[in-house]
Amino acid sequence: MIRRNAIPDPAPMTATSDRPEPAAPTGGPAWADQIHAVLSANRVRQVALVPDAGHARLIDLSRADAAMRVVPLTTEEEGVALLAGAWLGGEKGVLLMQSSGVGNCVNMLSLTRICAFPLLILVTMRGEWGEFNPWQVPMGRSTPAVLEAAGVIAQRVSDPDEVRPAVEAAARLAFSGPHAVAVLLSQRLIGAKAFED
Amino acid sequence: MSAPLLRRREVAATLLAGRGEMLVVTGLGSPTYDAAAAGDHDLNFYLWGAMGGAAVMGLGLALAQPRRRVLALTGDGEMLMGLGSLATIAAQRPENLAVVVLDNERYGETGMQPTHTALGADLAGVAASCGIETVRTVRDLAGVDALARLVREGRGPIFGVVKVDAEKLPLVLPARDGTWLKHRFRAALLGSATG
Repeated sequence: MIRRNAIPDPAPMTATSDRPEPAAPTGGPAWADQIHAVLSANRVRQVALVPDAGHARLIDLSRADAAMRVVPLTTEEEGVALLAGAWLGGEKGVLLMQSSGVGNCVNMLSLTRICAFPLLILVTMRGEWGEFNPWQVPMGRSTPAVLEAAGVIAQRVSDPDEVRPAVEAAARLAFSGPHAVAVLLSQRLIGAKAFED
Repeated sequence: MSAPLLRRREVAATLLAGRGEMLVVTGLGSPTYDAAAAGDHDLNFYLWGAMGGAAVMGLGLALAQPRRRVLALTGDGEMLMGLGSLATIAAQRPENLAVVVLDNERYGETGMQPTHTALGADLAGVAASCGIETVRTVRDLAGVDALARLVREGRGPIFGVVKVDAEKLPLVLPARDGTWLKHRFRAALLGSATG
């Protein structure tokens, strides 16, 4: 469950790294509940993910939602193929990952692109605002360029009030296109709201 | 090793005979050609890329269509690139999904170089260790017949490895326009390609 973050956080203020799932915040940020509501309104059924602490609340909400099937992956590219299969079968999905997982998806995204499958990805960013682990920085910095190069429209959100409209807009763009769209949830957003205490 | 080696086109034809409403995803390279050689079908989705994705694409389809049988038919090289997906499938326990690997122990598209299954890797063992309970390794025609029945009627998830001859065969190329294949599949399954 802890992934790519074997080093524990040295201080609470940098507590954006992964933790075991039971440590997920019970309250959590309001925007996570708003994302869940948007996904629910869009009839998203398959929630594919490699866990990230920034997604912990949304993962809990998805697990608690009888209309959603949570599918943990061993690597993020599985989710790209999984959700293509879901769409073939008439279901919508969402793919949750942290920014380090974006690089794992590159070749599989050719499936999304060449077949014009819709794809909605929610990426929690690492390696930017106040990152304590330098190993997160290279992939975090290249995440937007990698997504765009692979044909995925990347849209960044830093303001908590913008999360809901951003995910609504991305879902509409993805599923009515079809397009591949990623919402990048900035580390400032996650750090500022989810784990400040 | 005295028994004659199985021929992949015959194996594919046996697995797909009497398929009924089964949904089929094929892994890139020879399995795509083998399925096409067995007869094109609106409910075949042929992969021409996305290496490592066939089995887990089958999972997404199986979860979306729990009342349909789903077969992911792929090769050893393709399966080796997505080994983790066997753990993902095992965790979801889809009762309607079968994954069958036509294992010639070669990368057929790139010059017949040996894959890891030629060097000792046991895909069925991997699947079993991941938690897939119904696992078969097949080396003869009777085994293929039994596997075909299992794929059509057995409780999934099912994982089968069929050891086949590393023969070079004439190409049988299905459509490779992915968007068209997607629309065709959805129209046949859902009655509408969009929405």
